[in-house]
Amino acid sequence: MSTEVSFTEFKSDEDPTWCPGCGDFGTMNGIMRALANTGNQPKDTFVVAGIGCSGKIGTYMRAYALHGVHGRALPVGTGVKLANPDLEVVVAGGDGDGYSIGGNHFIHAARRNVDLTYVVMDNRIYGLTKGQASPTSNPQFESSTTPEGSKQAPVNPLALALAAGGSFIAQSFSSDARRHTEILEAAIEHDGFALVNTFSPCVTFNDVDTYDYFKEHLVDLGEDSGYDPTDYDDAVEHILEGDAEYQGVLYRDPEARSYSEEHGLTTDMSDLDEWPPDEVGDLVQEFY
Amino acid sequence: MHEDLNWAIGGAAGDGIDSTGKIFAQALARAGRHVFTSKDFASRIRGGYTAYKVRTSVAPVQSVVDRLDVLIALTERTVSENRSELHEDSVVIYDGERPGMANFEPPAHLTALSVPLTDLAEEAGGAIMRNVVALGAVTTVVGFPVEYLDEALEKRFGEKGDQIVTNNKEAARLGAEYVAEEFDHEFPYDLETTDEDYVLLNGDEAIGMGAIAAGCKFYAGYPITPATNIMEYLAGRIEEFGGHVLQAEDELAAINMALGAARAGARAMTGTSGPGIDLMAETFGLVAQSETPLVIANVMRSGPSTGMPTKQEQGDLNMMLFGGHGEIRRFVIAPTTVAEAFEKTILAFDMAEKYQTPVYLTIDLAMSVTEQTFTPEAFDVSDLEIDRGPIVDEADVQEFQDEEGRFRPHMVTEDGVSPRTLPGTDGGVHMSTGLEHDELGRRTEDPEIRVEQVDKRERKFETAREREDWSPREFGDEDADTLVVSWGSNEGAILEAMAYLEDEGIDIRFLSVPYVYPRPDLTDAVESAETTIVVEANATGQFADLVEHDTLSRVQRVNNYTGVQFKADALAAEIQEIVAAEGVRA
Repeated sequence: MSTEVSFTEFKSDEDPTWCPGCGDFGTMNGIMRALANTGNQPKDTFVVAGIGCSGKIGTYMRAYALHGVHGRALPVGTGVKLANPDLEVVVAGGDGDGYSIGGNHFIHAARRNVDLTYVVMDNRIYGLTKGQASPTSNPQFESSTTPEGSKQAPVNPLALALAAGGSFIAQSFSSDARRHTEILEAAIEHDGFALVNTFSPCVTFNDVDTYDYFKEHLVDLGEDSGYDPTDYDDAVEHILEGDAEYQGVLYRDPEARSYSEEHGLTTDMSDLDEWPPDEVGDLVQEFY
Repeated sequence: MHEDLNWAIGGAAGDGIDSTGKIFAQALARAGRHVFTSKDFASRIRGGYTAYKVRTSVAPVQSVVDRLDVLIALTERTVSENRSELHEDSVVIYDGERPGMANFEPPAHLTALSVPLTDLAEEAGGAIMRNVVALGAVTTVVGFPVEYLDEALEKRFGEKGDQIVTNNKEAARLGAEYVAEEFDHEFPYDLETTDEDYVLLNGDEAIGMGAIAAGCKFYAGYPITPATNIMEYLAGRIEEFGGHVLQAEDELAAINMALGAARAGARAMTGTSGPGIDLMAETFGLVAQSETPLVIANVMRSGPSTGMPTKQEQGDLNMMLFGGHGEIRRFVIAPTTVAEAFEKTILAFDMAEKYQTPVYLTIDLAMSVTEQTFTPEAFDVSDLEIDRGPIVDEADVQEFQDEEGRFRPHMVTEDGVSPRTLPGTDGGVHMSTGLEHDELGRRTEDPEIRVEQVDKRERKFETAREREDWSPREFGDEDADTLVVSWGSNEGAILEAMAYLEDEGIDIRFLSVPYVYPRPDLTDAVESAETTIVVEANATGQFADLVEHDTLSRVQRVNNYTGVQFKADALAAEIQEIVAAEGVRA
């Protein structure tokens, strides 16, 4: 695809308040590059963000955007996309936003298959509130609210998406800029709900899930690996039983039809220039 | 004899009470009679007691009364539930052969007809038609030609094929003939018909139809009694106009989806009842803070908590006016009749977009399930023009940018209303947020900007208060000493109560208020009356509090929190009592 705009067009003039070295910088840069590489423009892009460090992403990007309430970014993105299918919708949030307070929406977004890209900036901790355990934290992870560890099984977001009928399930690492961008491009181009769980390390409060940890444990399922993301059984095995931190598209349903496609939603609902049509006057007829 | 007839069919949930009642109501409307319906129902699928009640007259009817003239009782409990409303001229139709009804002993003071509903239905083609047999029996009792049922039966069963329709018509005739032949009785009812042709619809349907007329293209909701009917009306109809209905996973999602669609530029709506309003409260603040136009329908039911989910109440006024942390202004519009619900829904969408703010559009359970007749002109849209407020396109967008070419969605203006761009507009790109923000939508904690933006948002409502018409609907004698004030659906009952009171020599001035915020200033009206009575369906008098606050005067209160809607006769007695106690002269 030809690049019509430079990715810097997607950058706002606000300076991020993220901590120096935060994984969110890389996550956001990848989103901007992937949007530009797939031929999108800021005026036709809608970014929805939740609450937390991750939620600030809408501020630092230049696009139509909504910075919403905690955990409800996916429903907002759903409404945006259904109302105007011409918009490229990117929803971004953190692991707390998406898998804890917004967990229900995550499940239903996956099964609804609205054509949007959901980037979860997964740092396995609550950063903005200064270091509490998150739903993806390791059970032994000691934090201010879980001094002896949470002793709860972490959420496996990829498995959750798969079980809910997700049609595109991927994982990336914010500091692997090339692969992160490539995976996001595939997600943007997927016609349906595309989850990209992005390891986005918190350098201030998480000394376990660090850049070094991911570099050491990351297993890439890119083209060279011979992995076929359209093979459902293979995807199930990797997602449920794999003991590595995978990077790549783990599952993609090539037959997936988006919600808009299923429901024949093709027009921009904002257009009311010729309103009302004559047929509105006939609505009362059925009440005779 | 009374001008109006009060009829009901009652039985257990699952007995087909609703659809049978509606067939009769439609037949009456087609025969040029006015109809006002009400329902007794419970939150259960089977069993219990449920009834569909029809009040009909040649003159407009807009309330229920404490009198039942003709009752189809499919269960014994139907009779006991309504015993106090039955009188010596009442006729009860029941099936003495139905299991559970064999030992039924009808009250001695009235006429009870045992009609073998199931046997006659089987004769017509199937036991399932026993309620239609009963309707046929009723036509003979009330002197209403059985042919008037035909059109309503065609409407109800047409999709199931001609044979089913024919069988149902036959079932009705068998019922009518049975009563005529078996009971040598002069019934005291004789329903007049007219050449008028009325439409019959309920409050939820009026809101749904109003939403489509207003150009609403997106509705997200989660099923909840009694608001679900709005969503059910829209699904299957809004698509014809390029819209869509989405059943969300919960109310949190529903309002956020509607918010998203609104940000994308669609006229969007969500609807719910009390518990859903609670869940939506957080996002409500975001909608207001981000200056997003959104209509939220709240069909009130009895609370708090799960309360009495199928019962009437106007208990959410304070929640709608003040709910949410921080300080958020919002429009609260409360249509006072079913026809007004249509008109005010269209208004709600205009207000939302003109002032870029959430609008609560509220009716209550009674109005949501009440089917009422109107002349079709009440829903005329031939002069409809919608007002979308200051939407800026690419040609004009530069005028609203700062010196660096950035669009200012929260531009500080004299009237408080800022320009708005829809996604896709070049030069209009911006972020919206629940954070306090500057003109560009960027977060700020700067004290000056904070004050500037709070004042700007407040100014929108000052502008609206001046620019728009928030007058109450006025009825009765303008010079009367007794002023009755009410909001929402009580209007019909009060109007009918006024007719009773007039007979008693009591004149009333009645102000029916469809606007809770902004609302009309009633100071002059209250000060010039000797007694002001605020009538509402809640226990604490939430609207009365507002009137006292606005007018700095004490008012009398009539509060009904029984779960049953106001009845005109009982309400008249209550008002009369207050008037007598106050010593007010008519």
